[in-house]
Amino acid sequence: MSRGTLIDLLYLVSATTFILALKGLGSPKRARMGNGIAAVGMFIAVVATFFKQVDGHSLYHVGLILVAMAIGIVVAVPTARFVRMTAMPQLVAIFNGVGGGAAALVSITEFVHIHSTRPATYVTLEVLLGVLIGTVSFSGSAIAFAKLQELMTGRPVTYPGQQIINALLGAAGLILIVIILVNGQTTLLWILLALAVVLGVAFVLPIGGADVPVLISLLNAFTGLAVAASGFTLGSNLLIVAGTLVGASGILLTRLMSKAMGRSLSNVLFSAFGSVITAAGGTGADARPVRSGSPEDASVLLGFASRVVIIPGYGLAVAQAQHVLRELGEELEKKGIEVFYAIHPVAGRMPGHMNVLLAEANVPYEQLLELDEANSELQTADVALVVGANDTVNPAAKDDKDSPIYGMPIINADLAENVLFLKRSMRPGFAGIENELLYNPKTTLIFGDAKDTLTKIVAAVKAS
Amino acid sequence: MGNALLQYATVLMLTIFVGVEIIAKVPSILHTPLMSGSNAIHGVILVGAMLILGSATTTLEEVLGFLAVILATLNVVGGFVVTDRMLEMFKAKPRAPAAKKDEVAS
Repeated sequence: MSRGTLIDLLYLVSATTFILALKGLGSPKRARMGNGIAAVGMFIAVVATFFKQVDGHSLYHVGLILVAMAIGIVVAVPTARFVRMTAMPQLVAIFNGVGGGAAALVSITEFVHIHSTRPATYVTLEVLLGVLIGTVSFSGSAIAFAKLQELMTGRPVTYPGQQIINALLGAAGLILIVIILVNGQTTLLWILLALAVVLGVAFVLPIGGADVPVLISLLNAFTGLAVAASGFTLGSNLLIVAGTLVGASGILLTRLMSKAMGRSLSNVLFSAFGSVITAAGGTGADARPVRSGSPEDASVLLGFASRVVIIPGYGLAVAQAQHVLRELGEELEKKGIEVFYAIHPVAGRMPGHMNVLLAEANVPYEQLLELDEANSELQTADVALVVGANDTVNPAAKDDKDSPIYGMPIINADLAENVLFLKRSMRPGFAGIENELLYNPKTTLIFGDAKDTLTKIVAAVKAS
Repeated sequence: MGNALLQYATVLMLTIFVGVEIIAKVPSILHTPLMSGSNAIHGVILVGAMLILGSATTTLEEVLGFLAVILATLNVVGGFVVTDRMLEMFKAKPRAPAAKKDEVAS
């Protein structure tokens, strides 16, 4: 067997591990193993590549390759290990962005490399598509990162004619590709690159912070497609398989995610969700009466309950209060009170984000309820304790047809006998929508930082 | 359009179906780890980046290829480590003695 065949076989092994990995990631038991399998497959592919012959010679610049890898590892490992779990969505965004950037760079370099040999039209087309998609993914991820990291406003950024301008930008990109295909000028490639950067930014700007995770999933799929395009150019089945796998499953996953929010994908991408409602809610809000109480009031209410459902949201994560919350849960259990955690599919900023945070705080897995279980449990609950959640318990999703979140499945906190709503202020939630639950006669509001308030409640529960 | 292109197109088509089939039934709590895991998988562009830098003949190509390898390595390594860290949290933990599962269920 020749060396080339052996390497191709190893690539086949690697591609197979990626398929197995995705399969594994779909089940809670095998997910971690799946990730490990893919990592092994990746390692095999990278090692095999060192022995590959390109254009009839062994790889040049092996030293440079090793140096570049070392730089990547030194930066990536500590970042991935030690960044706080609340910042996880940003982290995924940035790692996706660099992948898109790498795919674009590979395509650009290949274009420069093969340009003098007058490549076939379809090769140039693959290169240009790789550049366009990879770069959009790169700059789009950068903006998504900035939004999640709150380097810029999380609200949708809109301006008149935005969708038309974006459509024109996209069309301009495609026309430019056609022009390059016809007359093959290298300089136009740089214009395409600049255009792709602008397109990525413009595409992401109107998408509100709450929807950014769906967007990251889509950009993730884009990067996959860019990698597949590079695979065509480089003649690599491995890149085609891995890229297409990610592209195809990523697009489906994106749709599943927007479905979990009760919205269509086009609604997520093009409706500038959450930009206009704030003004409407802001004026009338202060005039209406709400009932507020102290942490001590809350502890009394909780102390008399026999069944408590806790509904955590992103505010919990921001306040880093998941550990105190678990402590409260334990204290209540010591008093013989049943405690459950109701997890909305999109609680936090990514699907599953809240499960991860609570698991980190050692909340027992079996106390976590998914949406449907939670809603049946709430019918017999004495207290629903809402901590840092807002839109996911907003009844407007059920009965206000004009509300932008109408149709989103919610946790029916109002089914419980009493609702304790821990809140920093009367400001509306991430989607910027007024929440009727705050004015429900069942509801007691406890203002303050979630962590402070919970600490006080725990102390009061312990004392009683 | 050569035979090679046709072969790549075949692989592409088949893989699209595999990709869609394979994640059709994923519970929503695993959406994030799945996204993160597939994010690491497209880091396989590292192989492409190595080939590009490994065949670079001009300074421009060397610089671009070098950057590509750095970015791709970030994608691969960061992607796998973050996903592993997420999934680590999903494993079953020993429960606090105060309430056993049976008591909660009763």
